[in-house]
Amino acid sequence: MWAQKKISGWGRYPVVEADCIRPERRSELLAAFEDRGDEPLLAYGLGRSYGDAALLDGGRVVMTRRLDRMLEFDPESGWLRCEAGVSLEQIIHTFLPKGFFPPVVPGTQFVTVGGAIGCNIHGKNHHVDGCFGDHVRSMEILTGKGDIVECSRDVEPELFWATIGGMGLTGLILSVEVQLYRVANPYIEMETVRCENLDEFFVVSEESADFSHTVTWIDCAKRGAGMGRGIMMRGGHAKAGTQHEDGAVMELADHVMRMIDGRPFESNLWLNSATISIFNEVYFRKTPPGTHRTVVGYEPFFFPLDAVNNWNYIYGDRGFLQYQMVVPDNEATREIIDQISASGMGSFLAVIKDFGELDHGGLSFPMKGTTLALDFPNLGTPLLDLMNRLDDVVMSCGGRVYLGKDARLSEANFKTMYPEWEKWKDIRDKWDPDGVFQSDLGRRLGLS
Amino acid sequence: MSVLILGATSPIARAVCHEYAADGHSVYLAARDVEEAERIAADVAIRFDVDAVGGPFDALDFDNHGEFVANVETAVGPITVALIAFGDMGDQHASEEDFASAKRVIDVNYTGAASVCEAIADAMLERGAGSIIGISSVAGERGRKSNYFYGSAKGAFTLYLQGLRNRLFEQGIHVMTVKLGFVDTRMTFGMETAIPVATPQQAAQAIVHAQERGENELYYPRFWKGIMGVIKAIPEGLFKRLSL
Ligand SMILES: Cc1cc2nc3c(=O)[nH]c(=O)nc-3n(C[C@H](O)[C@H](O)[C@H](O)COP(=O)(O)OP(=O)(O)OC[C@H]3O[C@@H](n4cnc5c(N)ncnc54)[C@H](O)[C@@H]3O)c2cc1C
Ligand SMILES: NC(=O)c1ccc[n+]([C@@H]2O[C@H](COP(=O)([O-])OP(=O)(O)OC[C@H]3O[C@@H](n4cnc5c(N)ncnc54)[C@H](OP(=O)(O)O)[C@@H]3O)[C@@H](O)[C@H]2O)c1
Repeated sequence: MWAQKKISGWGRYPVVEADCIRPERRSELLAAFEDRGDEPLLAYGLGRSYGDAALLDGGRVVMTRRLDRMLEFDPESGWLRCEAGVSLEQIIHTFLPKGFFPPVVPGTQFVTVGGAIGCNIHGKNHHVDGCFGDHVRSMEILTGKGDIVECSRDVEPELFWATIGGMGLTGLILSVEVQLYRVANPYIEMETVRCENLDEFFVVSEESADFSHTVTWIDCAKRGAGMGRGIMMRGGHAKAGTQHEDGAVMELADHVMRMIDGRPFESNLWLNSATISIFNEVYFRKTPPGTHRTVVGYEPFFFPLDAVNNWNYIYGDRGFLQYQMVVPDNEATREIIDQISASGMGSFLAVIKDFGELDHGGLSFPMKGTTLALDFPNLGTPLLDLMNRLDDVVMSCGGRVYLGKDARLSEANFKTMYPEWEKWKDIRDKWDPDGVFQSDLGRRLGLS
Repeated sequence: MSVLILGATSPIARAVCHEYAADGHSVYLAARDVEEAERIAADVAIRFDVDAVGGPFDALDFDNHGEFVANVETAVGPITVALIAFGDMGDQHASEEDFASAKRVIDVNYTGAASVCEAIADAMLERGAGSIIGISSVAGERGRKSNYFYGSAKGAFTLYLQGLRNRLFEQGIHVMTVKLGFVDTRMTFGMETAIPVATPQQAAQAIVHAQERGENELYYPRFWKGIMGVIKAIPEGLFKRLSL
């Protein structure tokens, strides 16, 4: 049954009202599609995109989270066929004990497979393994014309290509075949390397290309000689026989954290330039200089923020925005960090990473270069002005902004950043000539 | 151990099935929507490495309930636990307009449930072991104008289960009545309510836990026992004037 609901992405900005349905099974979804009337339609997974990618003000929104059947698994090859509402958390929970792990995971495990394809997500292993879509073999898509189309790199390859990173605008993904990979245990062998400034980060990052997973927390508040200081984490799935030293303690800590919820702490006052500088200072100091090896569980390594439920509420009811860009030029990265630290608006959740060569094109985000992701409390116009200035730096060197995190990019800037948008749109218009699938992001960027 | 789930396509039933499968039990998933039951069975087999079979079941197909139970036992062996999860809220307004519609609600929720419970009880009696879980509703505790066909059928099912429990107790067979309040399903999705709604997983954990402890009756969420205590205490002279 359709129900009017207020919905938002992870940033809780913007908030819109849409006619929502949460089908419990495939046939209910297909019936809902027939029953949608003249309104446009969009899939909403677990709402972990930050801005308006999964929103459709006044339209029809299909929440896919209950469409989570796993349909087929081959323990020899690791191929899994499942419905698109299956979450990565469910996949890990089911397959890690059997010795398998998803090909790519983002910074939270609470995303659906459909969302992982819609945003063609990248992880800490992008420089080696590419994006989630690179490990998908086939998809079954409900198109705007109401057809159910099986596609792959060989069958209807254009639809397949455009749907990977297609932001839900090419149709609704019903089921997917995705490759899981063998791991020996749930542990990560990793090193932490303290980088005293941005130049050191670039050097350490280049030296770390052989590690399958890399990511660096970066202090975007620090100015002067220590600008761009940070802590790199590099490593990969542990070899068989690796022991996890502080297993019990970590498990307990994890358990306690899982019971913490951000909602009671909702306030617009927590995050200001003073609290953010203090946090960054403490975090940086707690890691001694040099390189340190440890073994940790996969959760603190991949999903540290998942330890606190609803942490997005600590930004208060104004919500927050993330700016994530990639630039193929170190000087542009420096310029961007410089502008952010000078603005005093950034928060403590900032990460930086070098992407690899694998580039999907279309509306997919990753390209060779350095990506920086940073959360900002929603401070209104001054923040939007800053982001527009950052866009200029990004565009000046052929970089782009991540649509999965975006709530404010202009149509003109988007079209400069994503030169393949027209090729993508031609394909999408061929499959959905009446624009049945739309989103607020798509409308804002001239894609709907 | 084999668990039979009737109305397996319900999200609550599916969650209960996951609880049993996680403990290593084989499951038989029966529903009218066989295709979906088979998808759910495939899912369970993948997630929990247990035998899971999907098959057809219609609560209104009274004549075949005995044969149905026999077929299930051929497929997965003796039924140790049976969950009666199917149900139909119907449409109160349609039921008032057309009694055929009301009769279907009564038949699914009560007559059909009782019929298949008898067939399951017969099979369990041969072995003198087993556990039957019937999902009823707090709506069956007091008749209200907003859903009295559904409510009365669930109320009848609750009384039926009480009697069955009384009859089977001495034969070593456990019968448990589950009185559900709001669980987050299709039914509650569009509802604006201040009363907390349980997830299907929470309800399922409570149900399996209570079954394993051999409880007779479970209200879930538990505070519904208190709410219904108050609702049942309202004098009829006042109650008939209310819109609850
Ligand atoms: C803490 C945190 C860390 C993150 N880290 C990363 C990261 O490291 N790398 C990264 O790439 N992203 C990251 N993200 C973003 C997140 O991975 C993506 O936005 C992902 O798409 C969210 O999945 P979802 O299921 O919540 O999808 P939603 O946010 O609900 O939807 C995202 C898009 O996918 C579409 N979609 C969803 N389901 C379907 C379907 N069945 N068929 C068609 N389209 C569909 C929607 O229409 C929408 O356009 C992070 C997010 C958070 C909150
Ligand atoms: N959700 C709540 O808040 C709530 C509250 C109180 C009680 N309950 C009870 O809990 C149980 C599960 O409810 P739910 O919310 O999960 O509802 P649901 O999704 O509507 O599930 C009901 C199931 O009953 C099956 N069914 C309907 N008619 C049938 C028939 N003639 N023969 C066989 N199966 C039939 C349907 O299966 P097919 O689609 O395959 O036909 C469906 O899967 C029901 O008994 C309901 O009354 C629920």
